[in-house]
Parts: sequence; C-alpha cells; structure tokens
Amino acid sequence: MLSFILRRILIAIPTILLISVFVFSLQKLLPGDPVLAMAGEERDPEVLEFLREKYRLNDPIPVQYMTWVGNALRGDLGISLRTNQPVTELIAEKLPVTIQLAVMAILFALVIGIPAGILSAVKKGTVTDYVANIVALSGLSIPNFWLGIMLILLVSVKLDLLPASGYVPLSEDPVKSITTMLMPAFVLGTALAATLMRHTRSAMLGVLKSDYVRTARAKGLHERRVVLKHAFRNALTPIVTLTALLFGELIAGAVLTEQIFTIPGFGKLVVDAVFNRDYAVVQGIVLVTAVGFIFMNLLADVAYVLLNPRLRTA
Amino acid sequence: MQGSEARSDTESTNPILQLHQFSLRFRGHPEPAVDGLNLSVSAGETLCIVGESGCGKSVSAMALMGLLPQDIIDIPNGQMDFEGHRYDLRSDGLDASTRGDRMAMIFQEPMTSLNPAFRIGDQIAEAVLHHRNCTRTEATESALQMLRRVGIPAPQQRLREYPHQLSGGMRQRVMIAMALINNPSFLIADEPTTALDVTIQAQILDLIRELQSETGMGTLFITHDLGVVAEIATNVAVMYGGQIVESGPVGAVFDDPQHPYTIGLMSSVPRMSGSRDRLITVPGTVPSLADMPQGCRFRTRCPFATDNCAARPALSDVGPDHAVACHYAPLEQQDEVRCAM
Repeated sequence: MLSFILRRILIAIPTILLISVFVFSLQKLLPGDPVLAMAGEERDPEVLEFLREKYRLNDPIPVQYMTWVGNALRGDLGISLRTNQPVTELIAEKLPVTIQLAVMAILFALVIGIPAGILSAVKKGTVTDYVANIVALSGLSIPNFWLGIMLILLVSVKLDLLPASGYVPLSEDPVKSITTMLMPAFVLGTALAATLMRHTRSAMLGVLKSDYVRTARAKGLHERRVVLKHAFRNALTPIVTLTALLFGELIAGAVLTEQIFTIPGFGKLVVDAVFNRDYAVVQGIVLVTAVGFIFMNLLADVAYVLLNPRLRTA
Repeated sequence: MQGSEARSDTESTNPILQLHQFSLRFRGHPEPAVDGLNLSVSAGETLCIVGESGCGKSVSAMALMGLLPQDIIDIPNGQMDFEGHRYDLRSDGLDASTRGDRMAMIFQEPMTSLNPAFRIGDQIAEAVLHHRNCTRTEATESALQMLRRVGIPAPQQRLREYPHQLSGGMRQRVMIAMALINNPSFLIADEPTTALDVTIQAQILDLIRELQSETGMGTLFITHDLGVVAEIATNVAVMYGGQIVESGPVGAVFDDPQHPYTIGLMSSVPRMSGSRDRLITVPGTVPSLADMPQGCRFRTRCPFATDNCAARPALSDVGPDHAVACHYAPLEQQDEVRCAM
C-alpha cells in the first residue's frame, strides 16, 4: 500500500513539471504586455525598462522559467505586478476561503446526490425515479447565478434568515462562518448533486444486476442491507472518482458564485489576475490548482485501492 | 391436476418440498414460460431437472427461492409446501427468514457470485449472523468449520482472503459452504458445475453428494448435462418448453425413456461402449415463447406428431412412479424413434 502511494507520488512529479512548463509558456503566448498594464498612462521608456529589469522580463524565456521554478520550489511564487504582495501570501489568504466553500458544497452534493441516486436506482421506472431524475435535470439546467440570486431574494431579503453575502473566517467565528457560506455552498452543491445522482444511479443499476447481489439475497438478507452493503460498496468506485474531480473543479471554478455572494475566494483572484495581466499571480494560481487536482486524483487512487481488494495485492 | 408428480420412490418418507401447479409468465408475454409444474422432493434425495437452455428450469428454481423480480415476472398459479408451511407463490414466495436458512441455493457462476469487496470469511459468517442469534466470533468459528467441511485447504488463511484470490472450484466450494452453513433442509443447485472444468466438476458433485448424505437434505439439482444426472440424481424430471414431459426414478427414465424428447436426449449423449454410429440429435430448436405450439409443445420437432398432439397430453404413469406426457406412450419400439430422428 505504502509503495503504491509512493509510486503514485513519483508519477505525479513529472506531471507537475509538465504543467509548470505549459502554464509558463501559455502565459508568454498571451497578448498584452504586463509592463504596459502596470505603467498605466505613463509610457516613459525608462520607466518601462526599469520595470522590465525589476521583474526580470528581459531574461531569455528558459532562464525566466528556471528562475520561476526555482523560486516556486522554495515557496516563492513571485510578487504580484498589481498589488506588490507576494503571490504565496495572496494564495494563502484566498485558498482557505475557497476550500471551505468547496468542502461545504461537496457535502451538500454528497448528502443530496448519493441517496437520491440509490433511491432512483432501486425504484427504477417508478414515480420516485422520475421525480428524482426531473429534480436532478433541473439542478443541472438551472444556472448557478440565477439560483444564487433567487436564493438571496428569498432567504435573505424576504425571510431574512441568512446573510446575503460576505465572509467570516472560520477561525474567527465558526458558526457565523458556516452560516454565511450555507447559501453559496448550496448553490454550488445542487448542480454537483445532480451529476453525482446520475452517476450513483447508473453505477447502482449495474451493480444491482450482478450475481453477488443475487447471492446476498439468497442468503436471506433484508433488501436494505443488500442494497446499502453489498451493492453500494461496489458502486462506490466511480462515485469516489467523480467526487474527487468535482472537488478539484470547485477550487478554481466557483468564480460566478463567489462573485454573487461577494466571497473573497480563489475564483475572484483568478479573474482579477487575468484581466490585469498579473502574470505571477495567474501562474501561481494555475500551478496551485493543478497540484490540487493531482492531489485529489492521488486521493481517489488511494481510495480505489482501499475499496477494491483486487488492486491491493497488485 | 395435470397428471402425477415427479416423486420419490421411497413412499414412506414425507416430501420436504412439494410444488403444485406452478406457472410463470414473463410480463409482456401471454404464453407461460413455465406451465403447471409439479415437483416433490423428499429428505436425502436429489431431483434433477434436465432440459435445454430456456426450458424454464432456472427461472423455476429462482422463483422457489423468491429471487425473481416481481416487475418482470408474473406468477398466475402455484403453491409450495415446504417444511409444513404452505406458500402461495402468486402473492409472496419464500420469506426472507427461511431463505438462506432452511432453503439455500448455489449458482452456476462461481466467478461472479461472491462479492469482490468483502473477505470470504465475512461473507460466510454473514449468513450465520443474519439467521442465528450469535456473536461474530461464533459465526466466524462456524464459517471456519464449514470451510473445512467443504474441503478448502488452509481454511484459517482463506477466511481472510478475497474472492479474486481463489480459483473457480474453490469459489464454488465457498458458495456451497455459504449455502449449507445454516444446515438447510433443502438445497437448490442451479447448474453448479457447468462453469467448471471436468475434474473440478467431479469433485464438486462428490462434495454435494457427501454433504447431502451427512445432512439428509433434499436437493433440487438443475442441469442440462445427462452425465451429471447419472452421477447424482435419485429422480429425474425432463422439461421441455416450460413443462415436464417425463419424470421418474433415474434408473427407469434412463433405461426406459418413453417420451420422444427424452429418447432424443439420451441418444445424443456419446457413449464409451456400443455402436460408433453418428450421434443422433433432436432436430430443430426449442421454439421461442411466442411461437410455442398449442397442445404438446414438442410436436413441432417430434417425428410422431399427429393431429392428436394439438391437445395437451397429461402426465400419466407408464411404470412405478414413472410418468410421461405423450399421447403415444408407452412407446413400443424406441429404436423406431431413434431411426425417425
């Protein structure tokens, strides 16, 4: 098991390096000159030259890349061209916000999606199944921003139950922090719940037809135990993979929702950085996101092995 | 009643299981897939149901266990007497507390019949824990003993292994252990040796026979292999198109088959001794449910069919406990049948 995890980590290293090259080159290919963006109206060649020198933009590109990677390994992702803050600091500030949002959204998705998926698989072809499918389809089709706005109107403006926006750090006031984030997490979670529900349903439908489920029934076990233990355990693999990928997506993909609920998260940081041609920040964010993705994949792989005894001996 | 039953030749023993007038339809098909089945099995005896694929033998076994999904199956008729209880198969089959306890089943596919995610020991012990009031340790202990009884080497170690670590034969032994751990009085074996290679087949048949003589359970053994029938059966019921066409003690049916279909089946088995003529086959194939003829269902393939066969023949006695559903039984000259085929 340990050797398997080590092997997976070793495989992850070249992947991360490749991503870093890719991210770096893509940045360089983008139109627009960051120095111009920084200098604003003032186009004094001397100032521009000074800035170029300061941010080492005159070095050959491979040298720039090596400098960047070397620094990144030491935890230094450069300095934001825009705010002059270290990128690492910016990320460290925003990342926990987004992770909290993502975790809560995933929890919503799991709590809604998996039971709904199991139920509609077990009750296939009945009213329950159709209702679950219609709800799921609506969950997928309703745009997040619309649902977000409607929720704010209803829950915050009309009923005055939850705050419409803002963010309270978890360390400051955990209860308030969680309640403030309930609505955005729900908005993000519903769309994911629909995806999860569909996948849980199809995985369960496949497993429920299997011979070992018939064996479990032949033992005289109650249907609930047959479904929840014997079938669900074997349907978990695709569900775990999907959850890991969805979580990875949430890290950088919650931009709209963060915007609507004015949450100072990662998504907003990305968008601002891209619009301002803040190279260092964009690079840092993409790198962190990619590493996050790879880490989630690693977790999913480990979960596979834990779930599937056949892989454990391999 | 459609004639007599496939019953034990030891009249003194009471049957453990009796099935009366069991019929079954797949939803959306008006023709019954199993039609008026009567079976009777006593303690210690093995009734083999023989027939081609699709003749309704497996589906009947599943129905007895209550394992058929209600949404695709309709049971318009059928009662089962088991251990002194009468079950109306139309409404509710075997209850979950009897299933896996007093009546157990082993299946054709040992490779896929065990749950890949759980240890062998836990899967066997689960059957005990569910039906008996005992601790996990006790259940695991009886799982261990059961693994020993079914002849699995190093049972202590096997308990902790997963299905993928076992061969097909070993998995079938595990399935048998799981089925028999609660000492059922009745075992349904649905082609348990079909997926295994020949030497393992013989071992598994020996094992089943051995355990049966130890426990005295009644067995319903489903197969299409006449060699297996000769090995293991006390009585035989030959099924064709969802109906029993011939039934009786294995000796009588094998030595003196009376239904043209049974005769055809017997003649299509290669023998070590005797003539080396071409093997005889039964012409044609089993018609699909939609094309099933009225009356005798075999008549489209039968060399002797006449207009009389448009009426369904009743299962009637031709010898002691030996019954045949054919208007022309007992046939005087079997060789004629063989020639005609």
